[in-house]
Amino acid sequence: MSVFWADYLWPLIIIVAESLLMMVVLLIIIAYILYADRKIWAAVQMRRGPNVVGPWGLFQSFADFIKFALKEAVIPASADKVIFLLAPLLSVTVAISAWAVIPVASGWVISDINVGVLYIMAISSLGVYGTIMGGWASNSKYPFLSALRAAAQMVSYEVSIGFVIITVLLCAGSLNLSDIVKAQAHHGLATSLGVPWLAFLNWYWLPLFPMFVIFFISALAETNRPPFDLAEAESELVAGFMVEYGSTPYVMFMLSEYVAIALQCSMATILFMGGWLPPFDFAPFTWVPGIVWFTLKALLVFFMVAMAKAMVPRYRYDQLMRLGWKVFLPISLGMVVVVAGVLKVTGWAP
Amino acid sequence: MHGLLSEYLPIIVFIALAAVIGIVLLVAPFLVAYKSPDPEKLSAYECGFNAFDDARMKFDVRFYLVSILFIIFDLEVAFLFPWAVAFGTIGWFGFWSMMIFLGVLTVGFVYEWKKGALEWD
Amino acid sequence: MIVQAIFFYIFAAVLVGSAFAVVSARNPVHSVLFLILAFFNAAGLFVLMGAEFLAMLLVVVYVGAVAVLFLFVVMMLDVDFAELRRGGLDYLPIGTVIGGLLLVEMLMVVGGWVLDPTLIGKGASPVAAASTNVAAIGALLYTKYVFFFQAAGLVLLVAMIGAIVLTLRHKPFVKRQNVADQVARGPATSIEFVSVETGKGI
Repeated sequence: MSVFWADYLWPLIIIVAESLLMMVVLLIIIAYILYADRKIWAAVQMRRGPNVVGPWGLFQSFADFIKFALKEAVIPASADKVIFLLAPLLSVTVAISAWAVIPVASGWVISDINVGVLYIMAISSLGVYGTIMGGWASNSKYPFLSALRAAAQMVSYEVSIGFVIITVLLCAGSLNLSDIVKAQAHHGLATSLGVPWLAFLNWYWLPLFPMFVIFFISALAETNRPPFDLAEAESELVAGFMVEYGSTPYVMFMLSEYVAIALQCSMATILFMGGWLPPFDFAPFTWVPGIVWFTLKALLVFFMVAMAKAMVPRYRYDQLMRLGWKVFLPISLGMVVVVAGVLKVTGWAP
Repeated sequence: MHGLLSEYLPIIVFIALAAVIGIVLLVAPFLVAYKSPDPEKLSAYECGFNAFDDARMKFDVRFYLVSILFIIFDLEVAFLFPWAVAFGTIGWFGFWSMMIFLGVLTVGFVYEWKKGALEWD
Repeated sequence: MIVQAIFFYIFAAVLVGSAFAVVSARNPVHSVLFLILAFFNAAGLFVLMGAEFLAMLLVVVYVGAVAVLFLFVVMMLDVDFAELRRGGLDYLPIGTVIGGLLLVEMLMVVGGWVLDPTLIGKGASPVAAASTNVAAIGALLYTKYVFFFQAAGLVLLVAMIGAIVLTLRHKPFVKRQNVADQVARGPATSIEFVSVETGKGI
């Protein structure tokens, strides 16, 4: 009995506790990211944004959630009911699951698997199913068109994200996300220049800057964020694949969208901005715990995402496809060759 | 429990918990919210008239072309993953073997570009 | 070990069950969704065998790309599936032949294993035990198995060209945006200064 307790039950309890902690923190952060998104958008347009519920509107997201949960959940008569309900469930499960391998600080990760990058790619390639299933199961014209657009858009940009990740892997030499962060700690540009205390120059954002830009823009397209939100272009498709959804099924699509955005921000942080590493390698900065740096960096990326939404006009569909296939794909493919060649010739490869 | 499996058990637990959160969210309105369905409310959305027929229709073959091309490039990326990880150990031979592979696929890419398969109209 | 066995039976049972549902489901979209479930459980089985890289690739390539194409085809192609099903019995002979071949192959694998349990590992190249899955594949695929690797590249090239030849049709009279032309356009080519005399017009 005691063996059973020590070998199985106790580790299981720890795993469940860790996972729940991660999810609760994640969902609270998502609530405030949503709020921040609306506030930033409002500030750019010289409005106030949500400011009624709680001090400065801080409880707005929670109020919205309660309102949605108390609304009638409508299932259209012509819909395929099982798939109609399965779609938001799949979206939200998949979006949250990806966080199992994200290292938020040194050693702070639910599961540090060897193929972390591939796990993230696998999970984020599943995101497209929620959209297709929701759009198809609604059996309505606008959701259907939207699902089609969204699916083609998501797969188009996944290719360039793949090539971008390859360049980072060439530099880091591992598929493990923690190892990718650690590879940015001690060697890189700053160390080569003889200024190791400027640790932020060691991170991959500077040597791989074009890749960072492509990753950022592709992440916007992959998560259907403006300026690539053609799937829910309200002037053409009303609200896209979510037209027939209301109540919490709608919230679940919304939630999974923001969880996916937060995931892409964290991935940008891990791949290009040194994860939990402090930006300067001397006293007051190294005292700050890693999770604070990680969160700050991810929020910085999110701020750029929110600004893109506020400032950039929406793309047209043919322009979107052109950007993905004719600009990003050749550039990122070329950069894979260039990065590999440089690493090989200089002998910097790990 | 040992090595590899002890790394994957937390992931299974995590996915299961995420699914539980999803299910709770999904059933909540069916338990707590007010319900009064009527035929108008349950009909598919359309602007100002009843929907003519089934919304599922034929589509431009271009969408299939995009997803076929995606499969091919996805496989290309899949081949690049082990190469990138083993990059330091496989020497110049491994480097050039991948360059030839990428070269062959670039020929295909140029072909589709010239054919206009990447144009969207 | 017992946990491993439990997960093996769960994955295997769901895999076989959903594979059966793929062929028995009435709605083709449901079939594809069951197929995705089957892929997932196959990935789970790969993980149980320690082949984590293959498990992830199975999800990335088959679930993330191939099944999307299948779903596109069955959702958007307006095929009358009742019509297709009626002719199903015509394929019975060839189906039986393929099924029989598969059965024989599996019997051969099982028979080989019964004769010599170490047989299965014999064809494989030995790799350093400490390295990860991915590094082990990477160390062999691009050097030792270079011809297979290049052949895979050629197959992909053929697939790419084939897809274009089979599906690409251009609509006539389409006006396209040429971004390069638009960007190259400057005051020198687009503005003309004309001095107009009063009361004359151009």
